[in-house]
Amino acid sequence: MSFINLKNVVKVYPDGTQAIFNSSLSIEKGELVVFVGPSGCGKSTLLRMIAGLEDVTEGEIDLDGNRINEIDPSERDIAMVFQNYALYPHMSVYNNIAYGLRSRGIKKLEIEAQVTNVSELLQIGDLLSKKPGQLSGGQRQRVAMGRAIARDPKVFLFDEPLSNLDAKLRVQVRLEIKKLQRKMGTTSIFVTHDQTEAMTLGDRLVVMNKGVMEQVGTPMEIYYHPKTKFVAEFIGTPSMNFITGSIKDKTFKASSFAVPARYEDKDDVILGVRPEDISITKATTGVKCKVELIEKLGSSTVIYCVDMKENQLCVSTQSRASVEVGDTIHISTNNKALHFFDRETSKALTK
Amino acid sequence: MKKVQFKSKYTQYIFLAPTLIIISIFLYLPIVQTFRDAFTTQDAFGFGRFFAGWDNFKFVLSDPSYLVALKFTFIYIFVITVISCSLGLLLAVQANKVIHGKSAYKTLLIWPYAIAPAVVGVTAQYFFSERFGILYALFNSLWGFDWTANIFDAYIYLFIAGSWKQISANFIFFLAGLQTIQKSVIEASLIDCRSSLRRFWTITFPLLMPTTFFLVIINITYGFFDTFGIIDTTTIGAPSGETKTLVYKAYIDGFRGLDLGAAGAQSIIMMLLVLTITIIQFRYIERRIHYN
Repeated sequence: MSFINLKNVVKVYPDGTQAIFNSSLSIEKGELVVFVGPSGCGKSTLLRMIAGLEDVTEGEIDLDGNRINEIDPSERDIAMVFQNYALYPHMSVYNNIAYGLRSRGIKKLEIEAQVTNVSELLQIGDLLSKKPGQLSGGQRQRVAMGRAIARDPKVFLFDEPLSNLDAKLRVQVRLEIKKLQRKMGTTSIFVTHDQTEAMTLGDRLVVMNKGVMEQVGTPMEIYYHPKTKFVAEFIGTPSMNFITGSIKDKTFKASSFAVPARYEDKDDVILGVRPEDISITKATTGVKCKVELIEKLGSSTVIYCVDMKENQLCVSTQSRASVEVGDTIHISTNNKALHFFDRETSKALTK
Repeated sequence: MKKVQFKSKYTQYIFLAPTLIIISIFLYLPIVQTFRDAFTTQDAFGFGRFFAGWDNFKFVLSDPSYLVALKFTFIYIFVITVISCSLGLLLAVQANKVIHGKSAYKTLLIWPYAIAPAVVGVTAQYFFSERFGILYALFNSLWGFDWTANIFDAYIYLFIAGSWKQISANFIFFLAGLQTIQKSVIEASLIDCRSSLRRFWTITFPLLMPTTFFLVIINITYGFFDTFGIIDTTTIGAPSGETKTLVYKAYIDGFRGLDLGAAGAQSIIMMLLVLTITIIQFRYIERRIHYN
């Protein structure tokens, strides 16, 4: 029995829009699971259903062996960190952290000890008497974390807590959250639309699209074996290249090139190749392309080019290729890293 | 802001003129006249005017009926502020929870606000008329209610009439105030605290304090000045002058009693009262309020 169980969960809003389609998921104790997907994919809705802020239309949510569908949010033993932190603006940092403890009737001395503990852990000891309005974004984020940690709940729920921070701070806080979660060993669910955040934080990812869980798996599983075209496209930057063609005699044929494909014959196939799995060849054996745009990122160079049949391709290379816009290059793919999808269902082909 | 330069330095006065003229005629001139009245006495036919020093003030402050009006005014303001603010808040909190037909509730609840105090009084008459008033009949059957004879009953009459209109105003401001509270803050409190009553007093109400403070001032001003029309159309001070507010008494003494000196003195005393109350509010109460 897993720690958190979602069984065939469905969410339909009163106006009839369906936010979540039949979704099931098991989360183990101590795991950090990331719900990732584009905005409007239902990831926040699902989190809020676990928190108890949204009703469950159908299905069941279990926490630690108990059905929690009808249980009041305050009784679920969960804590949530909101995107805008949702600190109580009229209360000092101390009271913000202590509020949840107080309303649970915990003794004053215990509260004091707990708040001191938490503030040391998060290094916010000198902010305790300040009001949220006097804090910077990063400090508010810490206080919001503190408020969640203070109650020592069974589950942490994070609703895009980093999206209001600037890029540098975001990376820093991301690391801190990961460390903290490891240290405390508290089961956590983290919602984000940022795939880098998802890949770096999660023990497992749940990639969501239009209210459906497209794929659940470890970051590497999802990166190397995307089950749908959506997952393949959403995870990884720059995005995967897609070229339509067909498979015949164990060979995938597109308008301008062919690669081996050990699948059964099929029309309407989409080939997916990650930009980092394409390399520039010195020989003229590869696919001939014309360079249209170059992005030099320092650690890698991203080259956007078109082949002779106007297929757009993106190549990411570590080597300091001396390529200029307008050049003609030859590229070849790593044939072990090809992904094939059914064009109709968008699902990955199976052997 | 863009600065505009006029060619003639007099042009600006043309733009200011309409406002200045109106304010001068209806505000500054009466103030000057009030001061003149307060420090002079006039014979009953208006032929002579004599400087009277503080005599008018001494007369007013030693007049027992003035103290009765003062007491009533404060009781009246206190009660209608409490009643209309708490009911307005209650309705706003409830209406804020409503999902379907929210605008219908809002519209219906805001309507009384658009009614002039005198019309409120006339409406209240229908309920409290000795001959056909529903509430008169109800209260009369309960404890022999008769506002023409009993001071307490007259109070009830005016409290209900005075609060009714103000509930609407308070409702709409509280509703607007509730909607400025971040949804996620309320959600965070849902997770932190089980009791909805406790959540209200620890989170919602403190965050509504700016609105409440504003409304208390508005209600006090209303109680002081706007209730004139209500009293004039309902009890007219019945049973025997116990339900006159300061404004109403100043009016009666000045225009019915033709004692402009006393009326002027009363107006100035009242001005000082309102000034003091306002200063106290801004100095000592507003400081404790959290503004977002």
